[in-house]
Amino acid sequence: MDFAFTPEEEAFRKEVREFVDREFPPKWREHALDFFSNAGGPYDEQWSLHRAMAKKLGAKGWLSLAWPKEYGGRNSMLLQHILAEELSYYRFPGLDPFGVGMLAPMLLKSGNEEQKKRHLPGIAKGETMWCEFLSERDAGSDLASLQTRAVEDGDYFVINGQKCWTTAAHRADWGFIIARTDPEAVPNYRGLSFFLLDMKTPGISIIPIANMAGESEFNEVFFDNVRVPKENLVGGKNRGWFVVMGVLDFERSCIPAYGIARRNLDDALEYARKTKPIASALRNRLAELIVECEITRLVHYRAIWMLDKGLIPNYEAAMTKVYGLEVNQRVTATVCQVLGHYGVLTEGSKWAPLDGQAPSRYLRSIGNTLEAGSSEVDRIVIAQRGLGLPR
Amino acid sequence: MDFSLTEEQEMLRKAARDFLATECPKKLVREMAKDERGYPLELWQKLSEVGWLGLIIPEEYGGSGASFFDLVVLLEEMGRACLPGPFFSTVVLGGVTILETGSDEQKQELLPKLAQGKLLLTLALTEPSARYSADGIQTKAVQENGSFLIQGTKLFVPDAHVSDYLICAARTKETGIPEEGVTLFLVDAKSPGINCTLLETVVGDKQCEVTFDNVKVPRQNILGKLNEGWSVLEKVLEKATVAQCAEMVGGAKQVLEMTVDYAKQRVVFGHPIGSFEAIQFNCADMLIDIDGCSFITYEAAWRLSEGLPATQEVAMAKAWASEKFRRVATISHQIHGAIGFCEDHDLPLYFKRAKTWEVNFGDANFHLDKIATMAGI
Repeated sequence: MDFAFTPEEEAFRKEVREFVDREFPPKWREHALDFFSNAGGPYDEQWSLHRAMAKKLGAKGWLSLAWPKEYGGRNSMLLQHILAEELSYYRFPGLDPFGVGMLAPMLLKSGNEEQKKRHLPGIAKGETMWCEFLSERDAGSDLASLQTRAVEDGDYFVINGQKCWTTAAHRADWGFIIARTDPEAVPNYRGLSFFLLDMKTPGISIIPIANMAGESEFNEVFFDNVRVPKENLVGGKNRGWFVVMGVLDFERSCIPAYGIARRNLDDALEYARKTKPIASALRNRLAELIVECEITRLVHYRAIWMLDKGLIPNYEAAMTKVYGLEVNQRVTATVCQVLGHYGVLTEGSKWAPLDGQAPSRYLRSIGNTLEAGSSEVDRIVIAQRGLGLPR
Repeated sequence: MDFSLTEEQEMLRKAARDFLATECPKKLVREMAKDERGYPLELWQKLSEVGWLGLIIPEEYGGSGASFFDLVVLLEEMGRACLPGPFFSTVVLGGVTILETGSDEQKQELLPKLAQGKLLLTLALTEPSARYSADGIQTKAVQENGSFLIQGTKLFVPDAHVSDYLICAARTKETGIPEEGVTLFLVDAKSPGINCTLLETVVGDKQCEVTFDNVKVPRQNILGKLNEGWSVLEKVLEKATVAQCAEMVGGAKQVLEMTVDYAKQRVVFGHPIGSFEAIQFNCADMLIDIDGCSFITYEAAWRLSEGLPATQEVAMAKAWASEKFRRVATISHQIHGAIGFCEDHDLPLYFKRAKTWEVNFGDANFHLDKIATMAGI
């Protein structure tokens, strides 16, 4: 085993840090943005910043690091992960998890050459932002029961139905969507197909949903006779389930939980150092979370290492996601506890420590164990695919 | 980064698993818990023959010159098998200490014998205060006519009853700073004034009370430098702590495998219990705990093997293994139901070791306190 980074990898991390330091507009620095608050924030200016930074990242060649060399990449999931880890730690905008983290690796695996040629460059340049249409009101963990229909009509598929909890649908340029093409299929997951969808297509209407942290990053989206050209079908008709399983493995392994959680924890540690003495139970709790963050980091690098070896992390990806985000949930709760009474003061309050971000991060973390597959689904993946327990 | 074992380590792991399956059945583990010596002499000789007693001893001293990480791979298998006997005390506590601080002469004298299975060692460190910090060392050694006289009580000393030499940590100088004035002595276990009593323990491992009543030790039996023993002990304890974690990781992996096998075949309400979400969630949590413990242990072991600073990683590994092996064993009991609660089932062997190993070299609270201090809180 080897837990060291190569000099090249270390140099890359340093380069990312210098980039962040140089490019972060001072005005926004104190707001400590991250992707979700950009997508869900009330200000168009935040989203504009996200887009501007995406283009800068793209110009550095950093949005295609994991891709094969013939597609302009550096063939290193590890470098992409280092980038994601650093950007999430510094809450730096610009990295689109849907395009860079999920769709691009899926297209490289399951897309045809036309689709790769058409869609990869926009992701690599940071010009095209994506969103993901999987869940519906009545189909989340039981995704295969989804009801949105796609019916063949000449050179098109016509989509009708509705999707829900779609992060950044109101901002994205393109989306990827799974819909039912064979309602008679048994089992039901064999009747699903996967499409790429231009968000400018007529018939799409979007209603924002505010979450309990006060952000409107996700949406309910309605499809009324939305016509998708057949060239946008990925993986073949009725083969969409297998594409989505790959997307989910990529999704679970692309969420940089360590960067998110460790930064939150570091905020609490810094505060605790200034306000000594802290209660010994809380001190113990913080020490536990330091360990949990380190384990989050290691479990994630295991999955990344597998990807670079050409293996598909499956239970390992689920573990990365469920453990890392549960850790973040515990961290954000503890951050508020370290702040004590001040942990209920929100942004804008003159007495609020840590820019009043702690309570909203705590509230937001409730979604951590629901999104990208609930913790229960992840544990079932670990038990059934990791340990071979029966269905 | 590389999360795989080398080909040689994979071979070592397989060889150890096969060897222990044959040579260390659970029947033997149970017998040895009641046996006064605590291990069969033939098994010790075989461990020497396969080269594992001298695994990390350099070739010039009659060993195989393998890395500390290799030893961790082997210890994981020993933890899986609940191997009884003085391997840990002799190879880790004794061997590592001599490798860290022994003079060339002492190494020449002791290490080849250790590798050949002809010398048993242990470390007499903890005392009735049961502390692993420097202030726990209250046993005194005073100079007299070129020798030292050791006076004090050591407690929880593993395998002292069979050891040829005890490495005794004693206070040779009082400066008010606990880390100063500690010296390591290589004490012949047959010296007059030593009294060794076996303790009754949960596992039936052989922990001892060792009293030193003016035990005379010649000056040349000092290991390392006079008054400078604590810095050596810190290094030894880091390796011992990770070695202990490796046994715990092995034990926990075995417990999970037993649990999954049982959950697949035990049928209730017409279904194997392993198909129920309540059982699957628990098993998933066990794997999360075990993968976490494994990687943090491997990271610490790798750092020690590479000679990198590892204080924080070692503390993390033991803080985690201490809690998680117990938790894994407890969940496993819940899944096994009443059958696992029986004394003659294998599971209690692991549950008891989880309890015992939890406290060796500091429990979770001890290590969390260190981590908090390092974080400046």
